[in-house]
Amino acid sequence: MPEVTPLPLSGYVVDVHYVSGVPTFVLGDGAIALGTAGRVVKPHAGGILASALSADGKSVITGGDDGKVMRTTADGTSTLVAERGRKWIDVVAAGPGGAVAFASGRTVVVVDGTGKTHELERPRAALGLTFFPKGLRLAIAGYNGVGLWFPGTAAPVQELEWKGSHIAVTLSPDGANVVTSMQEMALHGWRLRDGQHMRMSGYPAKVKSMSWSVKGRYLATSGAGVSVLWPFFHKDGPMGQRPLELGGRQELVTRVACHPAEEIAALGYDDGMILLSRFSDREEVLLARPNGSPVSAMAWSGNGLELAFGCESGAAGLIDLTR
Amino acid sequence: MSAPAAAPSIPVTVLTGYLGAGKTTLLNRILTEDHGKRYAVIVNEFGEIGIDNDLVVDTDEEVFEMNNGCICCTVRGDLIRVVENLAKRRGTFDAILVETTGIADPVPVAQTFFMDEEVRKFARLDAVVTLVDAKFFLDRLGDAPEAEDQVAFADVIVLNKTDLVSPEELREVETTLRQLNPYAKIHKATRSGVALDAILDRGAFDLDRVLELDPSFLDADEHDHDHDHVCGPDCDHDHHHHDHDHEHHHHGHETHHDTEVTSVSLKTGELNPDKILPWISEITQAQGPNILRLKGILAFPDEPKRYVVQGVHMIVEGDLQRDWKPGEPRESRLVFIGRKLDRAELEAGFKAAAA
Repeated sequence: MPEVTPLPLSGYVVDVHYVSGVPTFVLGDGAIALGTAGRVVKPHAGGILASALSADGKSVITGGDDGKVMRTTADGTSTLVAERGRKWIDVVAAGPGGAVAFASGRTVVVVDGTGKTHELERPRAALGLTFFPKGLRLAIAGYNGVGLWFPGTAAPVQELEWKGSHIAVTLSPDGANVVTSMQEMALHGWRLRDGQHMRMSGYPAKVKSMSWSVKGRYLATSGAGVSVLWPFFHKDGPMGQRPLELGGRQELVTRVACHPAEEIAALGYDDGMILLSRFSDREEVLLARPNGSPVSAMAWSGNGLELAFGCESGAAGLIDLTR
Repeated sequence: MSAPAAAPSIPVTVLTGYLGAGKTTLLNRILTEDHGKRYAVIVNEFGEIGIDNDLVVDTDEEVFEMNNGCICCTVRGDLIRVVENLAKRRGTFDAILVETTGIADPVPVAQTFFMDEEVRKFARLDAVVTLVDAKFFLDRLGDAPEAEDQVAFADVIVLNKTDLVSPEELREVETTLRQLNPYAKIHKATRSGVALDAILDRGAFDLDRVLELDPSFLDADEHDHDHDHVCGPDCDHDHHHHDHDHEHHHHGHETHHDTEVTSVSLKTGELNPDKILPWISEITQAQGPNILRLKGILAFPDEPKRYVVQGVHMIVEGDLQRDWKPGEPRESRLVFIGRKLDRAELEAGFKAAAA
C-alpha cells in the first residue's frame, strides 16, 4: 500500500486543489490549509461553501457565507474578487484568462480577466457553473436545464432544456458535451453540435462528483456502490454503450478523481476508504483504509504522483504513489 | 448501504404563519433568549430580523417538482442547498429553524426533509409550528387558502394576540382551529410570548413521540360532532379562484366555519395488519394530493406493541412502538387532515380492516 501522510484538519473538507503545486485544503469552517507544515489562512469571516482552482493553477477561488469571493495563492495571500452583501456564495467556477464566475440565488456574476463584472439574472436559482475551456462562455445549471452564456456580449442565453432540477454541470474537455447531475439521481447530457440528448440514469444517490478521464474519453461519477464511467469516445457518446464500472463495494462512492495522464481513477467512499482502479483490467490498489467518514475531496498533483484527499470529519492526507 | 458513524441528526423547526401573525417577534426571541441552543436560521426576508448572526441565511424560496412534476413530490430546492451547506459547518450550531414567508405552502418544506437522502442524513424535521393571529385569522380563512393549509399542517399552533379579541371570539377561533386540525397542540399567547420549550425540540415526526405529544389526539372524538363537513361544489376550487372581494365580517356569528380543509378521525378496535397497512398505502397513493397529514395508532391482535403511523401526502412512515400498557384499551385511531376527504369511504375502509 502506498504511503499515506495524514494531515488532520479542523473541519469538513469542502475541496482540495494543488495550487502552484502545493496541496491546498478548503474547509467548511472557513480555513484554507496550505501544504503539510500546518499553515492556515482564513480569508472569509465565516465558512467556505465552494471553491475552484484558477485556470493557471496558481490560485484557489473560494465563496463564503460572508458573501465574499476570495482568491488565495500558495503563499497564503488572499485578495477580494467580489462581495455580495449577506448572500451565501455557494457556487464558484474559474475560467480562461483569470475569469471567475459565482452565483447566489438567481444572480450569476462573471468577473473577467480584466476585472470587469458581468451580471445575469436567471429565471430560477443557478445551481452549478462551469466555464468552457476556450473563450469566455459559461454553462449555468438550474431548474429545467442549462443556460449557455457569453458574458459581455448581447447574445441571448442559449437554453438547453430538460425537465427537472440540474444541480451541477460539467463540460467535456473538448467543449463538445454538456453534462449535468440531477436532483432526480441521474445525469443528463447534451451534444452541442446537434442538441442530441443523453440520459444516464440508474443511480441510487445524487451524483455529487464527476471527473473526466485523460483526453475526455470517460466521465467518471460518484453516486453508486461502484464508480460508473460513461464512454464519450464513441460516435454517439455514451448512448447505447455499456458504461464501465469500477470499484464495486457495499459502500457508496462519494468522490472520483481521474488521473491526469493514465486511464486510472481514484475512488473515495462513504466510509473513508480510497481505491485506485485501472480502466483496462479493473485492477485495484488500496490507497486509504476506511476511517468512518465520507471522502469529500480528492485531487491529483500535476505530475500524477501524489493524491490529496479529505473527509467530512476533517481527516485528510497525502498519498505518495511512488512509494 | 451502511450508515456511517454519523453524528446525531440536527432537528429542524419550521415556523409558518400568515403575514402579521408574529413570526418575526418569535424568531427574534429564539435568537436572543438564553435557551442553551445555537440556531442556524433560514429566512426569506433578512430585513425583518435585526440580528447580526452569520448563521442566519437568506434564501429565495424555490419550489421544485421532482419525479416529472408530481405535486406530492414538491420540495424546496433552496433548502436542500442550504442544509447541505450547513452540513459543512457541523458543530457550530445545534438546531435549524426555517421561517417561511406568510403565503408559503408548508408542504414542500416538510417534504424536503423526507425526499432528499442527503438532507435526511444530516437533519430531521422536528415540528411544524404555525402562528395564528387571533384577531384576523377568521378573515384570512376567507381570502387566503395558505392560512388554512398552515394550520392544517401544524404540529404546534401558537394562537397569538389573544389580548386583542373577546373571550367569545377567541373560542370561535379555537373551535375553527380544532376543526382544521384536531391533533395539533395549541398554545395561547400575546406578543408571541410562548414558552420556547413548547415549540422547540418537539419530535413531532418521531414515531415514538407522535402520541405522547398530542393529548388532544386521544380526545379527537370530542371534536368530531361538529366538523362533519360535506364538501360542496365550492370545494373544487383551486387556490387561485378565491374571491378577494369577500365581506370581512361574513363569518360573524357562525360557530362552524366552512373550510376547504377538513379532518376525519376514525376509531375502532383491533385491526388486521394485513388489511389496514395495504389500505393506508393505497389510500395515500390514490388520494395523496388531498391528504395533508395523517397520524394514527393501531392495535393488532396478539401484538404487544402499539403500531404508530404518520404521513405527509404520499410519504407514510410506520413502526411498532412501545407496549400497550396494562388496562389501556386496545383501540385503533387514525386521523386524516386534508381536502375533499370522503368520510364515509375512509370509515368503511378502516372498519373493513377490523381483525
